Amino acid sequence: MLPPVFGVLFDGLAYGMLLFVLSVGLSVTLGLMNFVNLAHCAFAMLGGYVTVTLVNEFGWPFLATLPAAFIAAAIVSVALERTLYRRLYRSSDLDQVLLTIGLAFISVAIAAYIFGTTQQPVETPGLLRGSINVLGLGLGKYRLFLVGVALVVTVLLVAGLEYTRFGAQVRAAVDNQRMARGLGIDVDRTFASTFALGSGLAGLGGALAIEIVGLDPNFAFTYLVYVLIIVSVGGLGSIAGSFAAAVLIGVSDVAGKYYAPELGAFLIYLVMVVVLMWRPAGLFGRR
Amino acid sequence: MVPAATTVTPQAYLQAQSRWHPLEIAFWLSTLLPFILFPNYLSLASQIAITALFALSLDIILGYAGIVSLGHAAFFGIGAYTAGLLSKFGWGEPISGLIVAAAVAGLVGFAVSFVIARFRHFTLIMITLGLGLLAFETANRAHWLTGGSDGLQGISIWPVLGLFKFDLYGYTAYTYSLAVLFVVFLGARRLINSPFGLALRGIRENWVRMPAIGADSRAHIRKAYMIAAAIAGLAGAVLAQTTENVSLESISFQRSADVLVMLVLGGAGRLYGGLVGAVIFMVARDQFSGIAPQYWYFWIGVLLITVVMVLPNGIVGGLSQMYARWRRK
Repeated sequence: MLPPVFGVLFDGLAYGMLLFVLSVGLSVTLGLMNFVNLAHCAFAMLGGYVTVTLVNEFGWPFLATLPAAFIAAAIVSVALERTLYRRLYRSSDLDQVLLTIGLAFISVAIAAYIFGTTQQPVETPGLLRGSINVLGLGLGKYRLFLVGVALVVTVLLVAGLEYTRFGAQVRAAVDNQRMARGLGIDVDRTFASTFALGSGLAGLGGALAIEIVGLDPNFAFTYLVYVLIIVSVGGLGSIAGSFAAAVLIGVSDVAGKYYAPELGAFLIYLVMVVVLMWRPAGLFGRR
Repeated sequence: MVPAATTVTPQAYLQAQSRWHPLEIAFWLSTLLPFILFPNYLSLASQIAITALFALSLDIILGYAGIVSLGHAAFFGIGAYTAGLLSKFGWGEPISGLIVAAAVAGLVGFAVSFVIARFRHFTLIMITLGLGLLAFETANRAHWLTGGSDGLQGISIWPVLGLFKFDLYGYTAYTYSLAVLFVVFLGARRLINSPFGLALRGIRENWVRMPAIGADSRAHIRKAYMIAAAIAGLAGAVLAQTTENVSLESISFQRSADVLVMLVLGGAGRLYGGLVGAVIFMVARDQFSGIAPQYWYFWIGVLLITVVMVLPNGIVGGLSQMYARWRRK
C-alpha cells in the first residue's frame, strides 16, 4: 500500500500533463517565431467549445471530437495568422501583446454571447470514467488517459521537429530567414504551418481540459497565466523544458491546494519570478 | 513639430517642446466643463481623473522609457491600501495621506526597479506580470490587514485643508482628483521636457547606445520606474480617499491590463495619450457596460486591434499627425 501522498503526486502529474498540452504549442510559436501570443488560450477555448457543441448538440462521441477540436483551432489560427499576425512578426513585443490581448478580449465576448457565462458540461465515455486501483491508490482513468496523450504529443513533436523534413525547414527558417528563403524554403508557409500546429495543440488541450477544470468564457485568461508561466519557466522553444515546467507547476499547484491552501497561487508566482530572475531564458532556454 | 533644421541645439529643442500650445490650454479648461454640464456625473469625472493619473504614470515608463509592464496595478494598489490603512488607523488628513502613499509606493518601486532594469523583452513582461500577481495574492491573503476580497472597510477621510468635506455628489472629489492630476501633470511635463526625459527616449530607441554617450541606461530606468511607481501610488491613494473604500480590484491584473489598453488607445509616449485614452475608455465603459457588461470587451478588443494595425501612435498620435498635415497646407 502506498501512502496518500502518491495520490496527490499522481493528480499533480496528470494536471501537469494537461497544462503541458495546453502550453507546448505556445512554446513552439513563441520560441521558434518570437511572437508573444497572448491569444493562445483563446484557441484552447475554441477547441473546448467545439468539443462541447459536437458532443451535446450533435451526439458525437467524446474521443471523436478531439481531432475536430485540433483542426478547428488550427484552421481559425491560420486564418488569423494570414490576416493579422504575420504583419507583426517584426513589430515590438508591445504591439504583439496588444493585438493578441485584443483577440483574447473578443474571444471572451463571443464565447459569452454564444454559450453564456455558465460552465459547460461534457459527457466522457464510460471507458474513461471511474478509476483503477493500483497498490491501494485509486488512479482516475481520465487522468491516466491525459498522461498517455501528453506522452504521445511529446514524442510526436520531438520526432517531428528533430527528424522530419518539415522540422528541418522550421528550424532553418527560424535560425536564418533570409538564408532559408535563399535555399528555396517557403518561409511563410512554414511559419503558418507551425502556427497552426501550435494552436491546434492548444485546441486539443482545451478539449481535454473540460473534464478537469471546466470551461467558461474566462478560460482564455484564467489559463493564460499558467501557460505563460510554464513557457517562460521551461524556456522558450524547448519542448523538454515545457514538459519539466508543466510537471513542476502541476504538482506544486495540486500539492499546494492539498497541503497549504492558505498560500493559494502565491507559491507558483513566486517560483516563476525567482526562476526568471535566476535564469532569464528559463530552465532549459538556449538564449 | 520642430523643423529638422541642422542648427537646432538640444536646449532649443527642449525649450520648443515645453512651450504651451493653445490646444493644451483648451484641454485643461475643458476639464472644468463637467461642473457645469454634467453635475450628476462628477463621481465618474473623478474616476476618470484618477485613471488618467494612473495612465500618465504608465506612460512615463512605457511610452518614454519603453518598459512594457503587465503589473503596474501593484503600485496603484499599494498606494490605495497605504492611504486607506492610514485613515483606518486614525490619521484621515488627505494631503499628508497622499504624500505617505506616494512615498511608500515609490520606495517599493525603487526596490523593484533593480530587478526591472536588468531584464528586457519577454522575460521582463513575465516578471512584471509575476510581480503584479504576487502583489494581488499578498493583498488577498493578508485578510487581517486588507480585508481581502471583502475590501478595506472603515476608512474615513477628514475634510480637505480642513474646509471641504467629501460630499455625495462628488464636487470635492472631482476638484481634489483634478487638482492632483494637474499638479502631477505639470511635474511630468517638466520631467519629460528635461534632458532626463530626452535620455529616456534615447533609451527606448537604443538601449545599448545610450551608455556610450554617458547616459547609464539602468540608472535612468531605475529613476523613471521609481517616479512612475510613486505617481501610480498617488493615483491609488486618491481613489481610496475619494471613495473611502479599497477593493482587491484596485490591485488586480484587470486594472493593469485596462490601463495599458487606454494608454495605447490614446497614444503612448505623448503625455496627453493616457489622459485622452482614460476619458474615452471610462466614458465608453460607463455607457456600454450598463447595456451588456460581458460584451463590452468585444469593442475594446476591436479598438485595440485597429489601433495596432492602423494607428500605431494611438488616437492622439493620429490626430496630431492630421493637425500637422493641415498646418502645412
